[in-house]
Amino acid sequence: MSEVMKSHKRRNFLKTGAGLAIGLGAISINGLGTEPPIKDAGKKIKVLMPDGSLAEVDEKSLSTRTGSMQPAKGPKAKEGIPGRKFVMVIDLGKCNNARKCIEGCQKGHNLDTSQEWMTVHLRKDNHQSEPYWFPKPCYHCDNPPCVKVCPVGATYKRSDGCVLVDVNRCIGCKFCMSACPYSARVFNWEPPPKSSEANQDYSPETSVPGQVGTVGKCDFCPDRSRQGKLPYCVNSCPMGAIYFGDMNEDAISNGTETVSFKELINNRAGHRILEELGTYPSVYYLPPVDKAFSYERGLKNLSEEQKKKALENLSKY
Amino acid sequence: MKRQSIDGSIFKEFNYCTTPPSTRWLIIVIVLMVIIGVGLYTFILQGVKGHVITGMRDYVVWGVYITNFIYFLGISYACAMISCFFHLTRIQWGKSLMRILELIAFITIIIAPVYILLCIGRIDRLHFLAFHGRIQSPIIWDVIAIVTDIIFCMVYLFLSYVKDFARLRDYTAKLDIADWKKKLYRKLALGYAFEHEQEKRLSSAMDIMAAIIIPTSIVAYSLLAWLFGMNLRPGWHSSIFGPQFILNAVYSGVAIIIIIMWFYRRILKLEKYITDNHFYFLGYGLLILTLFFGYFVFSDFITNWYNTQKTTSILLQKLLDNSQYGIMYKGSLFITLFLTIVVIGIPQLRTVNSIFLVSVLVMLALWINRYLMIVPVLETTYIPISDPRPEYIKYDPTIVEWILTVTGLAVFMLFLMIMTKLAPVIPVSALEEKSTFKLFGKFSFKDHSK
Ligand code: SF4
Repeated sequence: MSEVMKSHKRRNFLKTGAGLAIGLGAISINGLGTEPPIKDAGKKIKVLMPDGSLAEVDEKSLSTRTGSMQPAKGPKAKEGIPGRKFVMVIDLGKCNNARKCIEGCQKGHNLDTSQEWMTVHLRKDNHQSEPYWFPKPCYHCDNPPCVKVCPVGATYKRSDGCVLVDVNRCIGCKFCMSACPYSARVFNWEPPPKSSEANQDYSPETSVPGQVGTVGKCDFCPDRSRQGKLPYCVNSCPMGAIYFGDMNEDAISNGTETVSFKELINNRAGHRILEELGTYPSVYYLPPVDKAFSYERGLKNLSEEQKKKALENLSKY
Repeated sequence: MKRQSIDGSIFKEFNYCTTPPSTRWLIIVIVLMVIIGVGLYTFILQGVKGHVITGMRDYVVWGVYITNFIYFLGISYACAMISCFFHLTRIQWGKSLMRILELIAFITIIIAPVYILLCIGRIDRLHFLAFHGRIQSPIIWDVIAIVTDIIFCMVYLFLSYVKDFARLRDYTAKLDIADWKKKLYRKLALGYAFEHEQEKRLSSAMDIMAAIIIPTSIVAYSLLAWLFGMNLRPGWHSSIFGPQFILNAVYSGVAIIIIIMWFYRRILKLEKYITDNHFYFLGYGLLILTLFFGYFVFSDFITNWYNTQKTTSILLQKLLDNSQYGIMYKGSLFITLFLTIVVIGIPQLRTVNSIFLVSVLVMLALWINRYLMIVPVLETTYIPISDPRPEYIKYDPTIVEWILTVTGLAVFMLFLMIMTKLAPVIPVSALEEKSTFKLFGKFSFKDHSK
């Protein structure tokens, strides 16, 4: 693929992923991208380009790439957003355990504060190396052990890479929880907290409202992607440590900058966790280098018990 | 149809099934019913309040329940297999144990699935397994296996009763017992009249069932082992799991039959049918199985310990550390690998009662063994748990789980007690049959009772 085409693809994502083309949702610009130009021109509208300049494009050249902007329900939620392959990159050098991603996720998904779909661990690569903070969402594996074991197909893999849970189908057997090598899943031991969100119409894409006796986990917020927004955790991270985007368009964003996924992974030695298990996660990590702060600073955001447990875990490495 | 009347005098020895229950029997039954009542209440309570009232949490997603499930299922498959083995080989001394084995196999395969239901967060959606079942999931493999086995077990148990029911029908016809019971025997006997053709059909039906049950039991219990083995988890992801499960099951099956026959022999005065030799023979069986058990444990341990992955070594440390699972782990190995070998291996220590006691301990040790196969593994994740809540880090079963465990035992005992009132626990008709399989029929051991 030529450089020009690559950059056009990235541009497409920009408008959708980073939410710059507000209200347009997931779109692509015909003529700019790979699709043939539209003959019959109509109203012009302004679109913000990645370099910050405004470009005027034909309204008709904008076509919806992502289908509906509404969260998919029922059997539709089993199909991925067309053309997408979501990917997340977490820069371990930037995370200082601010724990805002956790809060953002909990708020967005109407979770109790005791339930964390995103967890942040204190980790160490070996006994010699410096500890670092390690945010852990669901990895949305391409070969997901949880999906294989589900007896009723309540958890499934979509074409856009998301591994979702349909709580209307889940029987709560917890087999997927024991099968997940990353312990990414949590059980709804109690009913979800009462709030305005709780009255939403359920969609596996929003994961709201949850149901007691079923399983929940990070869903990669495909409902937000449909609206051209980044997942809650990405938007909430004050350090810009989490990048989210589309592998097909080779563009990921942390909300402030948009970069090429491939370049980032290749230039900065991106890796996945427990690669040897053959699960093919969709979440990549950049090594914890060039940190502007010591890991101790992050300890202040933990409760006494959390701190004790985190330090105790360090001794396991 | 001409019906031959068979001499029923043998039932005089088993008059407990045709006479009214004793006070002792009634008291025990009432106690058991009360326990079961409390269990039912707890069951409903869990249904209403959810799993939050158990000790299960996000890491240890199953605990005592799944341990009981494996345990009861293992007993069931083992007893079914041993009974079918006795049937097919026509081992003379094994015949008096066949009915007890089948009864145990039947009731445990009814109890076991209840425990798996207790692990499911939404029992109200159980029918989804039928409507939306995915054959790729090991849970569906298990559902199919268990349903098949329940059917097989029921059919086999019933077939083995038919002749005795027919005899009881003839015997009780002239006796002064309740009418409903006479009617029941008449119905259950299915018009069996000891005719040659009937005999042939029944016997071949039983042979076929027995021949099917042995392999299906092995497959079914292996499937259960694979339910764990299919997980990418240190401690579970092991190819020894299937064979180890089968071996442990047979081990527990032999121990439980020793226990139950000890009780039956004492309470029902069955010394004529359950001799001391039965205890010695099965004791030897237990000894041999102990050695196999030890071999499997050692093989598993040394492979994991010698060159070990980090997570696996953390798991092994937990098992050896006395402040964690050390006491349970070493205690269960002490019972199985030391006590059993010493008590049964040394002739001076080998008595009916000592074999019984060792069997009780072996049953306890095997329960702990199952528990240790599950809980520590679930507590040992690849990415160490950073949740500080103690109940999340370490599984701590609640009273709810213990009550329901005891309830399972109560149901087990109640069933075995009630069945003594229906028909003799010794398959009278089978005992009278001549052994056709000479190799084993004439095979006899030294009489140890003298
Ligand atoms: S807990 Fe729900 S999603 Fe997980 S395996 Fe069971 S039915 Fe499937």
